[in-house]
Amino acid sequence: MNTLSLVIQREYITRVRKKSFIILTLLMPVLMVAMTFLPLWLSTLNDGEVKRIAVIDQTGIYAPLLQSTETFQFEVVDEGQSHATESKVGKELFAILQITGDLNENPNAVSLTSEKQSPQELQSLIRQTLREKVTQQRLDELTVSGEVDIASIAQVREILDNRPSISLQTLRMGGDGSVTESSTEMATIIGMVFTILIYMFILMYGNMVMQAVLEEKKTRIVEVMVSSVKPVKLLIGKIVGIGLVGITQLAIWGILAGALFTLVSFFIASPEQVASMSEGMGGMSGMNAMGSMGGVEMEGIMSAILSINWLEVMLFFLLFFIGGYVLYASIFAMFASAVDSEEDTSQFLTPVTLLIVFAFLAGFYSVNNPDGPLAFWASMIPFSSPIVMMVRIPFGIPLWEKFLSIFLLYSTFILISVVAAKIYRVGILMYGKKPSLKEMFKWVRYK
Amino acid sequence: MYLETKDVVKQYANHLALNKVSISVPQGTVFGLLGPNGAGKTTLIRIITRITAPDSGEVLLEGRPSRAEDVYRIGYLPEERGLYKKMKVGEQAMYLAQLRGLSKQDAHRELMIWFKRFDIMSWYNRKVEELSKGMQQKVQFISTVIHNPDLLIFDEPFSGFDPVNADIVKNELLRMKEEGKTIILSTHNMESVEALCDNIALIHKSEVVLQGRVFDIRKEHRPGIFRFRLYGNGFDLEHPSFTLLSKEPYHEFIDLRIRKADGVSSNELAKLIFDRYEVVSYDEELPTMNDVFIHTVTKEA
Repeated sequence: MNTLSLVIQREYITRVRKKSFIILTLLMPVLMVAMTFLPLWLSTLNDGEVKRIAVIDQTGIYAPLLQSTETFQFEVVDEGQSHATESKVGKELFAILQITGDLNENPNAVSLTSEKQSPQELQSLIRQTLREKVTQQRLDELTVSGEVDIASIAQVREILDNRPSISLQTLRMGGDGSVTESSTEMATIIGMVFTILIYMFILMYGNMVMQAVLEEKKTRIVEVMVSSVKPVKLLIGKIVGIGLVGITQLAIWGILAGALFTLVSFFIASPEQVASMSEGMGGMSGMNAMGSMGGVEMEGIMSAILSINWLEVMLFFLLFFIGGYVLYASIFAMFASAVDSEEDTSQFLTPVTLLIVFAFLAGFYSVNNPDGPLAFWASMIPFSSPIVMMVRIPFGIPLWEKFLSIFLLYSTFILISVVAAKIYRVGILMYGKKPSLKEMFKWVRYK
Repeated sequence: MYLETKDVVKQYANHLALNKVSISVPQGTVFGLLGPNGAGKTTLIRIITRITAPDSGEVLLEGRPSRAEDVYRIGYLPEERGLYKKMKVGEQAMYLAQLRGLSKQDAHRELMIWFKRFDIMSWYNRKVEELSKGMQQKVQFISTVIHNPDLLIFDEPFSGFDPVNADIVKNELLRMKEEGKTIILSTHNMESVEALCDNIALIHKSEVVLQGRVFDIRKEHRPGIFRFRLYGNGFDLEHPSFTLLSKEPYHEFIDLRIRKADGVSSNELAKLIFDRYEVVSYDEELPTMNDVFIHTVTKEA
């Protein structure tokens, strides 16, 4: 076996076998799922207040069908009063339900506008009522159309099997009266999750590379190593091996989180199952509460999650992750090789860490304005692009921007890692005085 | 010649580490690489082991320029040597052996032989950090020789070993020499140089200042001191051709140390004494390598 793959193998296996790695890798997805579902479950707990919803129904077909419940009170409002009604949203009114056309012909002709996020329970109540009515409408049409033959029965079956879907567009009304579509929230959440992941991994695994270089230098094993492995191979092996550890961790997180997510939503989606389960387990009221949410709301979340182009997001995540990781890992390794101990690294590493933190903050603010100049430039500059670009991708940006960003990132990392390798090669064998940056760049020219 | 360096020059930012260094190491011999700290020995070794490249000059192995794959024919034990603390001894030795070009099976077979020879089989699954320094040295020694290289380079191999283990290592060196291996030994321990080395090169201030067979060098550096054991109890001769260094009675004899004046032959001096006293024994002191080292280095300074 050649030396490079031996080095990669060792770096990988010694880390993957560590207890701390195994625990962190298995525990994280559980926490992630818990963090997703806990607020969702909490939101189903009733706050006791009756919410008033104004219904502006231009067709007049649907409004009478909406039955008020303990928590939601529907009030039919004339079309002419819509302006006056809008100003009441967030005060005495919780939301406005607007139906602008026949839903049988145009399923999108309905919207729910509120100041706060509207509860899933309300959304499902509306969706279900409207869906039933539209089904009725279609059956009526069929009946009106004439004699009922075999073909018609088949048609009825088909209609009942493929229940018409109503896509309730949920809108948020900001303080300034601007209305935004809430489906962007999913993009925001996904963008943030990936940004935090990349930020975390670059810091965590970049640091791991630095520690590994320092360890070899401090224990002086490096003197033994370089007599049979070229320093450049040692560096590449280290960066690749540790990077693979990161990708392994990500993959396990992805699979576990996905599996847990499906499992939990499966229970939520089938209340009977939960009911029977909670009986068996001695009455888990929480489960029942989640079950009572019904399957319909989950479908909404699921469809929002599924509407993201995951293949594209994952592909770019991987590309930016690799680019960002190698870029920063090279820099970390370069500085670690030049000093003798951890204490000496801070002088060099503080600016690098600040750069990463800046990128993270830039990513954070870009969420509000994913096409603004800050977001654009920060996602082009290679030192911040891996972190910032992940915020923007779920919102959908032009292909050329993605490719330009990747091109810039990869060219920079090739350039930096060549310089880093040259400095590393000299640095690992130099002990004693901490070199200045100027001295380090002289090393690049050493034979 | 098994190994030669020709006019090797290495320049670092602020100092010249090696200035036209040429050494020749014959096959199957032990070659001592001597010199004060910072003289450039480690740099030269790193150039021979291809860790760094010379600015000019070349390294010849069996008469042809050394190649990248030659590193598998070299076993190098650096002075500053370490191990991965968290790794198990066996895994670590396997890793280093495979890095030196052995297949997994060969590495394992050779390791078993060496671990038995050094009686450290019971450590195989222990972590390196649990071992004493001397034990770690044994593991490092094994990983240096595991791939059966033709050229062995040891930098201070005896440091950290107790006398028993130092002797084991010394015997291993001699055994490998018997097998026809070429060994370069860099050390400050001049007794081991006298005991082990056939040839030496003394590097001082980046240059080779002394090179040759150990015996020849010692002979060349004779300070002209003679020891006489005379019968009797008196010696009071004074002569311009020598100076008396010491005079010690010993039972019915008297022991003299005499420094011969320049331009006087040994025979003339001997005749001078032999004619006047009854000489029991007589010899010329050979300098120790320690003397040669100190003499050469301080003279240069």
